[in-house]
Amino acid sequence: MPKKVVINEDLCKSCELCVSVCPVHVLQISQRLNAAGYHPAELVNEEKCTSCAACARICPDAAIEVYRLVKAGQH
Amino acid sequence: MNEMVWKPVYLRPKSLARVNTHYCPGCGHGIVHRLLAEVIDELGILEKTVIMAPVGCSVLLYNYFEVDAVECAHGRAPAVATGIKRARPESVVITYQGDGDLAAIGTAEIVHAATRGERITTIFINNANFGMTGGQMAPTTLIGQKTETTPYGRSAERNGYPIRVSEMLATLNGPAYIARVAVNSVSNVIKARNSIKKAIQVQLEGKGFGFVEVLSPCPTNWGLKPVEALKWLEENMIPYYPLGEFVGGGA
Amino acid sequence: MGERILMKGAEACAEGAIRAGCRFFFGYPITPQNEVAGYMSRRLPEVGGVYLQGESEVASINMVLGAAATGVRAMTSSSSPGISLMQEGISYIVGCQLPCVIVNFMRGGPGLGGIGPAQSDYFQATKGGGHGDYNLVVLAPSTIQELVDLMKEAFEIAERYRNPVMVLADGIIAQMMEAVEFKYQVDPESLPPKSWAVGGARGRPKNIIKSLDLVPENLEKYNWMLQDKFQQAREREVRYEEYEMEDAEIVLVSFGTVARVAKKSIEEARKRGIKAGLIRPITLWPFPEEPFSRAIPHSKKFLVLEMNAGQMIEDVRLQVCGARPVQFKGKPGGTVFNPSEILELIISLEEKA
Repeated sequence: MPKKVVINEDLCKSCELCVSVCPVHVLQISQRLNAAGYHPAELVNEEKCTSCAACARICPDAAIEVYRLVKAGQH
Repeated sequence: MNEMVWKPVYLRPKSLARVNTHYCPGCGHGIVHRLLAEVIDELGILEKTVIMAPVGCSVLLYNYFEVDAVECAHGRAPAVATGIKRARPESVVITYQGDGDLAAIGTAEIVHAATRGERITTIFINNANFGMTGGQMAPTTLIGQKTETTPYGRSAERNGYPIRVSEMLATLNGPAYIARVAVNSVSNVIKARNSIKKAIQVQLEGKGFGFVEVLSPCPTNWGLKPVEALKWLEENMIPYYPLGEFVGGGA
Repeated sequence: MGERILMKGAEACAEGAIRAGCRFFFGYPITPQNEVAGYMSRRLPEVGGVYLQGESEVASINMVLGAAATGVRAMTSSSSPGISLMQEGISYIVGCQLPCVIVNFMRGGPGLGGIGPAQSDYFQATKGGGHGDYNLVVLAPSTIQELVDLMKEAFEIAERYRNPVMVLADGIIAQMMEAVEFKYQVDPESLPPKSWAVGGARGRPKNIIKSLDLVPENLEKYNWMLQDKFQQAREREVRYEEYEMEDAEIVLVSFGTVARVAKKSIEEARKRGIKAGLIRPITLWPFPEEPFSRAIPHSKKFLVLEMNAGQMIEDVRLQVCGARPVQFKGKPGGTVFNPSEILELIISLEEKA
């Protein structure tokens, strides 16, 4: 499971806004189906992801949480 | 120590209820609900907040926030909010209204709450149509825009001109903060959040009426995909409804 | 207390509300009851309350809804056309199960009508007015003293059932002056807090005040629950007065100020040996039943007198149920009864008996 971008697949409505705002194009719509019948978004290249959280900030369903890997004690 | 740890950059706001919403994919309500929840979290006002639910797509918003709520008749939210704020001044009272609620049936109530400088905050969702009832013309529908009740496109001669609510309210002395923002891009979303925070802060500081008009996508009734709807908003709505702070801007 | 003060009805109503613990008034000016607002705007700040003039009656009733949602005693007052504007708000307050008091000083209608007194909002008050299945307890004072006494009861009934209460008076009561005594003083701080209320610092799960339920089966259940409340009110809240009714053969039925005039005529009729009496409903809803069933055996005729074109008479006919003839004399549009014309009616009914 990706750690930088955690998508709650049950909340996702496949609107594709996150995909469109990602500056490094690492999000796409998956082939999976959630309980509501939507194809949730997914992170496909964690290495390229910069944890900028643009996806989380545009998501209308607050389905995305974003983390950054930092040195312990660093702000 | 070279140990690496995961630091949260963005977490789901706590004041947003952990439920699926009934909103369409890509609906602006979802974004603005999230921003409001972020601000409630940041300001630590969850326990004190009372939100007024309007009539419109967001009629069920009391299911989506972990705060006290009162359902209002169409357009009357600013009057209900006034009753609550006058009876419980320590509450943070927020109305959340759409085009029909605020700019059609509720024009008297919003103008008078604003001119009284009522210490409440109003978030006005402008998506240029009456969403819940199937996309009819709203007072904010643009000239030429096709809706359920303007199938040939809104004409100024038949239906008059769209109302710029922010500019109209800015002529009054009661408001302490008026801004128009949009949620069509991440940078605008961040500005929208800041404006919502300021509009609530003027209430907390007892300065007067706080108002944020949010240009918001309605993919379903515009007949566009969510990503296309953001583009339509930018190209068509922002030119007629300029973004900016009309009252109380700066700092 | 114990002191008698000469007051105008509208002002006495306001003072009564304040002494009943009301600290929130939202209203809009309309003749013939503008003195309520004027008085409230002076007195409420003196007791730490809030007077706010709404931009319309529509806004005012919604401000009442908001304040009531926080658990405080709130009220509004208006006159017929303004009460029409409030019907949506009243229906919402019922649906949200909130207590409040609404005072209607009736005037001539329909439409803009006139500023003379009338009783032509009886149907509006007792048969709905707003949309949906609901009832309000409707109190009809006949004197300013009774209006003052009923203001305290109105707030108590409203909180007992979590439902609005309407006090139905008329322009005469609003504008006349009488000596009144305030027999109560309620401190709003002494009232118990409402667990369902919104606002303020919490420390409890969130409260939602609403009337919407999109699932028909749920809304049906909710409606039956509301109806249970109204049924309890029917059983417990009936109020009426019987005047010279023990052996009455000509039974007058009127409410409000008309009843005062009727009493005068009955006095005169009795002097002439005519056995006239009066049933005066004080609650127009729930409408009294017992005095009618008691009266039917010894009565010959009923005479309904109202300042309208015939509204309460329908409820009287329901109670009399065809057992006796029911006559009617009405004064719609702002005209009033005088004792001699009522006396003539009584005499003519007696002669035809």
